[in-house]
Amino acid sequence: MADLSPATPASTQPRRRGRLARDLKAMPGFTATAWLCIVSLYLPILVLIAFSFNENRSVVLWTGFSLDWYAKALENDGIRNAAWVSVKIALFATVISTIAATMAALATTRTKKFAGQGLVYGIINQPLMIPEIVTAIATLSLFALVKKLTGLTGIGYLMLAHAAFCIPFAYMPIRARLETMTLTLEQAAADLYAPPLKVFTLVTLPLLGPGIVAGAMLAFVVSLDDVIITLMIAGPGETTLPIYILGAIRRGITPEINAVSTILVAVSVLLVMLLFLVQRRMQR
Amino acid sequence: MSGREHQSALAAAIDQNRRNERVTRAWLLAPALTIILAISILPLGITVVYSFLTPGTYGGVTWEFSTDSYVQFLFQRDIFDDTLVFNSAYVSIFLRSIGLALGATLGALILGFPTAYFIATKPREQRNIWLFLITLPFWTNLLIRTYAMLLIIRDEGIINIMLMKASIISSPLTILYTDTAVFIGLIYSFLPFMVLPIYASLEKLDFSLVEAGYDLYANRLKVLFHVIVPLAKPGIVAGCILVFIPGLGAYITPELLGGGKKLMIGNMIAMQFGASRNWPFGSAAALILMALVILVLLVNVLAARRGASGNG
Repeated sequence: MADLSPATPASTQPRRRGRLARDLKAMPGFTATAWLCIVSLYLPILVLIAFSFNENRSVVLWTGFSLDWYAKALENDGIRNAAWVSVKIALFATVISTIAATMAALATTRTKKFAGQGLVYGIINQPLMIPEIVTAIATLSLFALVKKLTGLTGIGYLMLAHAAFCIPFAYMPIRARLETMTLTLEQAAADLYAPPLKVFTLVTLPLLGPGIVAGAMLAFVVSLDDVIITLMIAGPGETTLPIYILGAIRRGITPEINAVSTILVAVSVLLVMLLFLVQRRMQR
Repeated sequence: MSGREHQSALAAAIDQNRRNERVTRAWLLAPALTIILAISILPLGITVVYSFLTPGTYGGVTWEFSTDSYVQFLFQRDIFDDTLVFNSAYVSIFLRSIGLALGATLGALILGFPTAYFIATKPREQRNIWLFLITLPFWTNLLIRTYAMLLIIRDEGIINIMLMKASIISSPLTILYTDTAVFIGLIYSFLPFMVLPIYASLEKLDFSLVEAGYDLYANRLKVLFHVIVPLAKPGIVAGCILVFIPGLGAYITPELLGGGKKLMIGNMIAMQFGASRNWPFGSAAALILMALVILVLLVNVLAARRGASGNG
């Protein structure tokens, strides 16, 4: 059989040095692996989203487009209650953690090193360093003790727990923003006899704004997505959306779960994309 | 005379200023530190106390000192003569978890390193987009991502259907509810944690060193393992830790993909606070898990310090 592909004459091959300079950075198989990673990170989620629009009950066989499962999910009282609980908790946790994180960031940046600075960082980041299941059962133990001693019950416990683990997430972008801000404008304002409170509200806070918005968005997403801590602590009637989804998966897979999941993913993705844009503007 | 007065007044003013700064800082730090100390750190102390108590009949604890939780971890008390018999059930759950977390770490490294390298060698303006694509899944719900993975690897999932349509297999591969499923799920969950730190150290890589390697007639493999990997070591170590630790404490992945039968430490702990109603034992297991995590972090810090002193 004749080889029809044009043969490469040896003389046209670039010299060794030239070839190396061109693909100095190339490594065989690396590009393929990277694409494999990206595709496998997104493929499952895309399949999940696709089947939320399936007209059939199947989450495997595609029969046609429909929004029935969304209508079903939105009519489901369990899902509506869970969504409301999720939003309530996330809003409370976001407000508390963002205020606390902003104050802490103001105290830990743009200042000389102080005694115990390392300890303060350690405490603020503690919720990130300990496996979530450990935090979950430890918090459960504390709350059980407090409930027994005071008799107080309610959703407040869950809100406080969320506020605690949201603090480090809110703190990160606010601190990053403060670190890139110089003191020049504030000093100028002070030189013009602006009182400290005015300097803070009219100069520092507006400059810090994008950082605070970014911190609040991260806190909201992290609270909205939490499973383990909520699962351990939540009492009856305190089912959040992820806990509802976990229960539904255990009962049996339906496209309704895909529909709720898609909504939750869409909210997170939208918030994170907004955050990405805010941060790009911050860099400019 | 007046100069000295002026000086001491200045010193007092500076002193006052410093004191004010300290007071302001304390007030600013108070809310964050109070919340975390009260809701996240104090409970760890309670967990230590609980691990030395006796389980209550309906969950919770009875305030009676006991070391049973730690004994129960290794031994089983014979019901007839009260002797202790070695029980490997819980140790094997820990070993299984360590094995799965290590395997997932290695898998994530093999996939994550080339990905990080690929991004780091892209033109600067494209890198942010790629990084965004890697981080985006991290911000979507882990439970939902795991559920999505479950849909794909089920017996009736897309993978099996495609393989069967292509006549590569005749009956579906059973992946779900096996160790393989948990292993795949852990890599899928924590891969971004591996890519990001490796990218951070590869981004700073000076490619003239790579060129020097080729000039000295090293082949690609040699350049990779003797030039690039050593320079990316801090990122590789950080990535491995960031994948291993959450992998070790994973709850959702083994719960959904292991079907609750293939237990890992996280599920075992949660179970003690649920159906098993043994809070002290659950507390002890959680503390052992935390000790493992701290051990990993300590080894890392010590190794980094030795590395730094060796270089310096």
